[in-house]
Amino acid sequence: MKRWFFLLVAALGLALSQQPAPLKIGVVVSATGPAASLGIPEKNTFLLLEEEANKRGVAGHRVQFIILDDASDTTQAVRSTRKLIQEDGVLAIIGTTTTPASLGMIDVVAEAKVPMISLAASKAIIAPVDAKRTWVFKTPQTEELMARAIVADMKERGVKSVAYIGFNDAYGEGWWTFFSQEAKEGGINVVASERYARTDTSVTGQILKIIAARPDAVLVGASGTPAVLPQRTLNERGYKGLIYQTHGVANPDFLRVGGKDVEGTLLPAGPILVAEQLPAGFPSKRPSLDYITRYETKFGIGSYSTFGAHAYDAWLILRPALERALKNASPDNLAAFRAALRDELEATKNVVASHGVFSFSKEDHLGLRFQDTAVMVQVQNGRWKLVRTFR
Amino acid sequence: MDWTIFSFLLADGLQNGTIYALLALCLVLVFAVTRVILVPLGELLMFAPLSYALLLQGQFPGTAWLSAAMLVAWALLDRNRLRLALALLLLAGVVLGLAYWGSHGAPGWVAWLLAVLIVLPMGPATYRLFFEPLPHGTVLVYLILAVGLHFVYQGLGLVFFGPEQYRPPALLSGEASLGTVPLPRQVFVVYAFAFLAMLGLYLFFTRSLYGKALRACAVNRLGARISGINPSEAGRVAFLLATAIAAVSGMLIAPLVNAAYFMGFLLGLKGFVAGILGGLISYPMAVGGALVVGLLESYSSFTASAYKEAIVFALLLPVLFWRSLRTLELGGEEE
Repeated sequence: MKRWFFLLVAALGLALSQQPAPLKIGVVVSATGPAASLGIPEKNTFLLLEEEANKRGVAGHRVQFIILDDASDTTQAVRSTRKLIQEDGVLAIIGTTTTPASLGMIDVVAEAKVPMISLAASKAIIAPVDAKRTWVFKTPQTEELMARAIVADMKERGVKSVAYIGFNDAYGEGWWTFFSQEAKEGGINVVASERYARTDTSVTGQILKIIAARPDAVLVGASGTPAVLPQRTLNERGYKGLIYQTHGVANPDFLRVGGKDVEGTLLPAGPILVAEQLPAGFPSKRPSLDYITRYETKFGIGSYSTFGAHAYDAWLILRPALERALKNASPDNLAAFRAALRDELEATKNVVASHGVFSFSKEDHLGLRFQDTAVMVQVQNGRWKLVRTFR
Repeated sequence: MDWTIFSFLLADGLQNGTIYALLALCLVLVFAVTRVILVPLGELLMFAPLSYALLLQGQFPGTAWLSAAMLVAWALLDRNRLRLALALLLLAGVVLGLAYWGSHGAPGWVAWLLAVLIVLPMGPATYRLFFEPLPHGTVLVYLILAVGLHFVYQGLGLVFFGPEQYRPPALLSGEASLGTVPLPRQVFVVYAFAFLAMLGLYLFFTRSLYGKALRACAVNRLGARISGINPSEAGRVAFLLATAIAAVSGMLIAPLVNAAYFMGFLLGLKGFVAGILGGLISYPMAVGGALVVGLLESYSSFTASAYKEAIVFALLLPVLFWRSLRTLELGGEEE
């Protein structure tokens, strides 16, 4: 009797030990601090994905997302990345939400030779693909792509002169760089360029200067609810031209706080923002609707945002790359596996995701095609309305 | 810059300057009585309108729990004074009850008052829980403590209200024009409150016994104690007054500028700059300083918007330099 018992325990132990160790993925997001409105849906997405990934498993492995908050702070993001690589031995890093912090993380992952997928916007994170950036990929559209969409739309509407007002930080400056360049190439005259801070309570001075320059259109280079302020001031001062925003405002809170003031706003956005209105043949339609249903089932109707979808896209790319890498390498040999995973990420072709279709190459670590990843949206009756696709 | 633009900017600068003036008054008041530079003042300002926004949405604001918890902690600290402790526990219950009432269909103006009342106990409780246990701290120790509290309150604000802005309804909607400049009617409410607050403080300090006791504490703590004034109580009254002014200011400006968990710090900081211009002792100079900050900000946002913040804070340098020269002559106030 006793012997049977021991055999049983031994068999059980053996079975347990043969269950492969979970695949550890490090995640850094800005769940607190100024970028929290972007970071929180990203974090929620990973909670959702972990649950689902473990139901099916990745090539028979369980997946563990180790999620750390960087408080929208570069130093904290870099420290968290080091910790994930050195102490937790993660296979890859996803994150982080903001551009400055993502730039800071590049050195760390390149030194440790760990592949990373950033969730931040700036093109500087993945271009040019040099010795360091060969380890870095990203999912959100660059300002360059979105600025191209805005300029294309402006030309279509016959805009001749435009004024710019943006955040006095990396976001506003990044947009200014690419927008002024695209506008120049498109033959649109930029007549004013102003800055304000996220926390400002008044932009009267800047708006007066813009109105004095009489532009046909104004672009607000800001994200989240602080983007409402310049637009409201423009309305209060009787500005009648077109107002453009960036895709950084594409969340329900912008509409809630903006109310009547943001009616008629034009903005470029990832297709997921208007998933239901996309034409049937649009590649991102299905994955977008899929993500929205899953997210809303867990977190409530109307809770999804386009920022969480960047995290979803990162997993849509990482998952097949992991499966392919697992065929040729074993996660037990960490260094070799990370390198194999990087190669497989770079070999990603035609992954249809919620913000576009990803095809990476040696020179291109963004992998998005303009016509699949940007659409023009207008605020009509307090809702997002698709007005133009570029396909 | 023509006359229209000039007058627009003037109106804008005065509006912002008035808000900074109210905050500068609170900072000077608290500093004079307790030697605490009340960095979390901006957070106390932000709690009230955000609680109001949640009450209107029928949600129970987390600030009520925080306020009640601080009162309970206070009661535990003062458990030897049974009557006071019981009163504090009762008050904690009342705060939770008010918040429940406010989130279950109280009319708008009641919710407005309730939001202020919920936040009010946090002021004196902050003093009792964090500053009173260190009666002989230096200005630096208090400052470090205050900065710490600022981060805690701001973090809690994010937890309670989320990362995005709210825009609660204004008391007076619509616009009125003053000459060529159209102004939201709410701005006049802000001016009226600022005037009343300043007048009230003036009368309080010159006519009432409490006010005179507070001034005595500000001039000489030891002397005040010898004459039978309790400096701890004076501190709590100062914190209560400051919180009340900050909370009402927050309620009044939120419809104009949108309220968010991060709004408090920069407002408080500019109020602090204004207070520094008055040396953190003079009320009229602090108010004057606040108007200077508001106007400077307004005009620099027109001429060089990218450097607006830098210009405002650069104002500190010559002032601090000038003040440090004067303080040297006095032989240093500290210790």
